[in-house]
Amino acid sequence: MTTPAIVATGVTRVYQLDGFSVPALRGVSLTVEPGDYLAIVGTSGSGKSTLMHLLGGLDRPTGGTLLIGGRDVAGLTPNELAELRNSTIGFVFQSFHLLARTTAQDNVGLPLVYRGIGRRERRARATAMLDRVGLAHRVTHRPNQLSGGEQQRVAIARALVTGPSLLLADEPTGNLDSATGRSILTLLESLNAEGVAIVLVTHDREVAARADRQILMKDGLIVESVPGTAD
Amino acid sequence: MRVAEAWRVALDALRANRMRSLLTMLGVVIGVAAVVALVAIGTGTKQQIERQVEGLGSNLLIVVPGRLEAGAAPTSSPLTLDDADAVSRVVGDRSRVAVTIASGETVRAGSRSGFASMQGVLETTPTVFVRELNRGAYLTRTDVSTGRRVAVLGAGVARTLFGDRDPIGRQITIGGVRFRVIGAFEPLGQSLGVDRDNEVHVPVTAAQRLLGTDRIDGLAIRAPDRDRIDQLGRDVVATLADRHPDTDFSAVTQEQILGVLGDILGVLTGVLAAIAGISLLVGGVGVSNIMLVSVRERTREIGLRKAVGARPRDIGVQFLLEAVLLTTTGGVLGMLLGAGTALLVDGLSPVPAALTWWSMALAFGVSAGVGIIFGVVPAQRAGRLDPVVALRTE
Repeated sequence: MTTPAIVATGVTRVYQLDGFSVPALRGVSLTVEPGDYLAIVGTSGSGKSTLMHLLGGLDRPTGGTLLIGGRDVAGLTPNELAELRNSTIGFVFQSFHLLARTTAQDNVGLPLVYRGIGRRERRARATAMLDRVGLAHRVTHRPNQLSGGEQQRVAIARALVTGPSLLLADEPTGNLDSATGRSILTLLESLNAEGVAIVLVTHDREVAARADRQILMKDGLIVESVPGTAD
Repeated sequence: MRVAEAWRVALDALRANRMRSLLTMLGVVIGVAAVVALVAIGTGTKQQIERQVEGLGSNLLIVVPGRLEAGAAPTSSPLTLDDADAVSRVVGDRSRVAVTIASGETVRAGSRSGFASMQGVLETTPTVFVRELNRGAYLTRTDVSTGRRVAVLGAGVARTLFGDRDPIGRQITIGGVRFRVIGAFEPLGQSLGVDRDNEVHVPVTAAQRLLGTDRIDGLAIRAPDRDRIDQLGRDVVATLADRHPDTDFSAVTQEQILGVLGDILGVLTGVLAAIAGISLLVGGVGVSNIMLVSVRERTREIGLRKAVGARPRDIGVQFLLEAVLLTTTGGVLGMLLGAGTALLVDGLSPVPAALTWWSMALAFGVSAGVGIIFGVVPAQRAGRLDPVVALRTE
């Protein structure tokens, strides 16, 4: 566990739009250690979403080096990148991204499908994971039978089911009322206490303040990096 | 991703849009059904004709004046019974040679009458052709040599003139001339479009007297063995050409007749199947179209699956299987519909239809192929989607 989850050095990302080069990241360096609890804060257009996609292995940097779990993303094929996402990273999205016609249990088991694990074992592991996020009584419910908070818990269980070392949460409380949002953050923090590194992307200062470390982004650069205050 | 899982996902996706899946499938169903039914009808017709030609008897050689070529003018026959005797000498066995002179005549028994095909023949006819008697006896050699006015009725003629009564020994008139019924045939049905049950066989000599001629229309020979049939045909034609230098003669075997008819029907069946195949192609375009819509609709799902570890290939296979499932299900339904249509046509109409395994297998294979061909572009598009863009799609 001595390998950092993420090591980014001078990472840039430039989009080509109608022949124009639009720099979204202009040189970001960042290390995420195992067990970190980090918040990335910034206004829309600051580059925080682009950074999160890069950290999650959904995208590749234009320049600089990015190591995820010790592996250089630049040298990986799309298939290897998919395997990396599957094995080391869990995603939690603002809008949950659950499959609508699929039960909570099968939504949670989805990442295991791409590991070639059979249905029975997927369901057993998914059920255990749902139990861990407090949804043992919602195993066979479909998303439309669940509240927003419950849906986000299903999504967190899905992110955890492969046993990742890093959990990336993009505005995980953005679609929830504040009480529910707090309970989701509490859940994430308890996971962090068990050793999962968490990177939280948010524009909400109050949410960010709960993290151990905050990174403020502006115009594609990290402008401020502060240790979190525990108040 | 395991194959079983991929099938399950594809099936779920199709179930989620039942109506759309069914309508898309319908294009393939109709195409496959059309191929199967049309090939069945073509095959059935071909088999029926083969049975009819073979039903005439085996090793048969038919000798007619004129050339058997497309566009050849019909030739009036110069043949007489003397020619038949000469041919008998070539064959070496009189009982293997049959002659005919045919004419449509009105037949009458008491108040009942009908129109029948009078056939002037030798007593050898039932041994040369396959012809079974139902009752009574056939013509004898004496009947032929003396021109006796006796007749053997086809099953249809017997029914028309006598209903269920026994016709044996009764008097009829053919073209106004009195004949005595001595036998009746078993029903035979149609052969090459001719109703064989509407024949009346009389001694060729009696027929010639009735028609005021000494000619015959043609000869048929039952060859002693298959290997000699072509040589025999050439010998017979040569003999006849010697005797009638102004006329061409042709000798054809059943194989030749079957070959020509088979070629014609084969082309016809092929053309019909090709037309049906076009509708299958149109069905395939429908599948492609709906799969592209499906990829667009499920962009977010694709993004999510990629985020949790699906490789481009996993996504591509999932959509390809969906297309293949769509077309093969349509293929199976189309096969059933086509087979049902063929059986219905066979049972309820005079058109024969015969289902063949190869046409069903072909139609199924083609429908699966259509799924792959028309599913591959949407599947590739899905597999290549950028997960970042896909996740952002609303």
